[in-house]
Amino acid sequence: MTDSPRPQRPHSVYFFGTCLIDLFYPDAGMAGMELLRREGLKVVFPQKQTCCGQPARNNGYQDEARAVARLQLDAFPGDWPIVVPSGSCAGMMKTHYPELFEGDPDHARAVAFSKRVFELTQFLVEVLDVRLVDRGEPVTITWHGSCHSQREMGVVDQPKALLRQLTNVTLVENPREAECCGFGGTFSVKQPEISAAMVTDKVASIEATGATQVVSGDCGCLMNIGGAIEKAAKRLRPRHIAEFLLERCHGR
Amino acid sequence: MSDAKSRILSRLRAAPARPLPERPDWSPPSYGDGRKDKFRKMLEASHADVHEVTRADWPSLLRRILADKGVSAMLYAPGTATGKQLAADWAGAAAPRLLPYDRGIEEMKSVLVHDAEAAVTTARGGIAQTGALVLWPDADEPRLMSLLPPIHVVLVEEDTITDSLAATMAAQGWAGGMPTNAILVSGPSKTADIEQTLAYGVHGPKELIVLVIGRE
Amino acid sequence: MAAEAKKSDFGGKAHVALNDPKLRANFRRAMDGLMAKRAIQFADPDEWKSLRARGAANRARALARLPELLEQLDARCTANGIQVHWAETTEEANAIVLGILMKAGAKRVIKGKSMVTEEMHLNAHLEAHGITAVESDLGEYIIQLAGEAPSHIVMPCIHKNKGEIAELFAEKIEGQVYTENVDELTAAARKALRGCFADADAGISGVNFAIAETGTLVLIENEGNGRLSTTLPPLHIAVTGIEKVLEKLDDVAPLLSLLPRSATGQPITTYVNMISSPRKPGEKDGPQAVHLVLLDSGRSRVYGDTELGDTLRCIRCAACMNHCPVYTRVGGHTYTFTYPGPIGKILTPQIEGLDCAGDQPHASTLCRACADVCPVEIPIPDILVRLRTEAVRPSATAGVKGGGSGRSAAETLGWAGWKTMYASPLVYGLATWAMGLVGNLMPDSLPMLKQWTSVRTKPKFAAKSLHQLAREKGFSDE
Repeated sequence: MTDSPRPQRPHSVYFFGTCLIDLFYPDAGMAGMELLRREGLKVVFPQKQTCCGQPARNNGYQDEARAVARLQLDAFPGDWPIVVPSGSCAGMMKTHYPELFEGDPDHARAVAFSKRVFELTQFLVEVLDVRLVDRGEPVTITWHGSCHSQREMGVVDQPKALLRQLTNVTLVENPREAECCGFGGTFSVKQPEISAAMVTDKVASIEATGATQVVSGDCGCLMNIGGAIEKAAKRLRPRHIAEFLLERCHGR
Repeated sequence: MSDAKSRILSRLRAAPARPLPERPDWSPPSYGDGRKDKFRKMLEASHADVHEVTRADWPSLLRRILADKGVSAMLYAPGTATGKQLAADWAGAAAPRLLPYDRGIEEMKSVLVHDAEAAVTTARGGIAQTGALVLWPDADEPRLMSLLPPIHVVLVEEDTITDSLAATMAAQGWAGGMPTNAILVSGPSKTADIEQTLAYGVHGPKELIVLVIGRE
Repeated sequence: MAAEAKKSDFGGKAHVALNDPKLRANFRRAMDGLMAKRAIQFADPDEWKSLRARGAANRARALARLPELLEQLDARCTANGIQVHWAETTEEANAIVLGILMKAGAKRVIKGKSMVTEEMHLNAHLEAHGITAVESDLGEYIIQLAGEAPSHIVMPCIHKNKGEIAELFAEKIEGQVYTENVDELTAAARKALRGCFADADAGISGVNFAIAETGTLVLIENEGNGRLSTTLPPLHIAVTGIEKVLEKLDDVAPLLSLLPRSATGQPITTYVNMISSPRKPGEKDGPQAVHLVLLDSGRSRVYGDTELGDTLRCIRCAACMNHCPVYTRVGGHTYTFTYPGPIGKILTPQIEGLDCAGDQPHASTLCRACADVCPVEIPIPDILVRLRTEAVRPSATAGVKGGGSGRSAAETLGWAGWKTMYASPLVYGLATWAMGLVGNLMPDSLPMLKQWTSVRTKPKFAAKSLHQLAREKGFSDE
């Protein structure tokens, strides 16, 4: 779904871990890097990286967002692909960096940067064309596609294609899969009641699939959905796809 | 120029110039030999009753259809060829009473609102994509004929059916001159305002009967 | 007018709506149905893509040439015998409509569905001057009987179920007994409104598209009430926003394919009504006089900014609200003003001011469901972000009403702190390290955590950050 030409399989990739993963879900980030490393790639994790800048951008603080985004432009100087285990952060960098730097001396750099950005599952499918061997026990799961993954990155089928490669995994489609979980960053605290209603409905729709695990590619959604699952003491396990795939295929 | 107009226009003109995009390629669908069938299928999906007729037999067929529905009075356009054929064919037969729309609405209102149980008009064309009838009412065949009576009967010639609205507009040169009122009709009047449940005949006709005159 | 005193209270009204299970069920059912029907219409992605690109271009072209097209429309309509009026404000538009009616001695008005006249609160204005205005679209009729405002721009009474409508009819329509049979309810409305049509001195309608090339007003509808309102009474007044103009008659074909399919999942509405003049000599019906009122009401200000001006492309199909997860849960009345849903969230703050409706651009997760389905490619989420920006740092050129009114010292300081942390690898490293140590000690009662933990557990800071783990596991830094 990306407009940029599909790159040849590179020998090295950058990994942008995202601030949420950094603070709360580092295992998901490590799993993403491990998956790439096991595909024979050199995975580079620049220690200078912080956050894509989306929180400030979405709240109207463009100068602050740009300052933080500029640091990311500096942190990934080579021309390798930048793989991101989050459709939302990837969407920010891919679709919004060029407009964020409109009229800025760094505009050309931002455009070039944006063309190198891939969401993790997109990269695994479209660039690496990975083949997965499932070593796990039979399990029934459902998928939650994040809004920005679907509608900014055009990543809809790639993660499900990966999950379907797993022979012992039954993927049950959620009829409300495409609907927002209600996270929306500051939305969840600016309109807490609407956000609560949305995530409650989302969890109910996940539960109705009969799955025991809900897999997603975005830790913002997982923090929201997982937090609601835990609060309501539901028998459901939220998983980041990177961790799920690594565990199934490499027994970790 | 009114003050409001000049102020609005000057505000609009003060705005930065916008790019004028080209119209990208787009082609409405085409149906080839399946055009009439598509037209019929779409109309029937909109709850219309479609009959294929000949130029000679339609008045007698219509008489039977209306008799089945118990229609006793029908509005018609006495000045049109269609109206004349109908009047001649029905003369002396057991048929609904024909009410001519021959005066202004100011005098005809009661006939249209209370007396006419049906009305027959012609269509200028048909559109297969949406199952639409193209009506261009005029002095002989006024606008309210297709609107006030509970049953609307429309005659359309198969040859005038096109694939799409765009095709009809082009073929009939609409941009060169529009009538007082042009109407596309796809089915009887309907509403889904109550719980998205379809109900027919909310304000306009409850039934739409389409007579397609085949090629001869 | 009452409208001027109104202020958006999205959270407060959402609270009420969210706690009304009947309302939520009504919206959920309705929106699910509308989404499913639309999806069937646009099952072919290639057809959707090319049709939508053409529709968007036709609207963009019309906006690019807006001032000259409006002048052309005015000239063509005038040549056709349609009298054209321009109004800068809703008050002016109300005065123009009232003036036309008074001059004609009209006392009874029948109305076709028109969101612009809702925006004007025209009915109240006419009532105040002794003129009765009856809404004839079934949904509008129902909410007029109930004394409410529309909760959806295409299906105004979507918030009511048939039981509520049955009760309303039994109470308000003479001789009507309680029935939940939709056909019977519809027939009751037909009967009650027939006389209103026949007796009306004037009909008032909106306009879906106004064609500059031919001076034609295009109106679409299913019920026939729009055609009746514009055909049966001796006087017709059409009211529209200045943005509804199209360059050419041909431009309307793709838009007529997009609008009903996006709105209700119909291939086309039952009626497409194209009006180009009043009754001509010799014609037996149709109004003797047709007036067109062009309303600005803030639109020319919206037009002043190229990005924000894309708001004006809107063809009022309501697909954005049908697909909006927020609208679906809170319904149209939560938006306070005339236009609900995502389009309302970008239009209302621009028309009424960010000081008045600044909470609306923030009542969105930016999920982009609206942008995905918009048939004219309005980048609604990006305009939402732009309005959030205008609320705290107004741009010199845009001149958005109430720009800057969202600034607060606390928030500014908060984002400055955020920047300090995230724009410096050193500060960031220290902060994440500290969070890993003490972050989990934060009590649930802290301001933002309190809202978060209402239905969720607190996120848990990891003992080691990804930065740290990557270093430890030997992932290269460059």
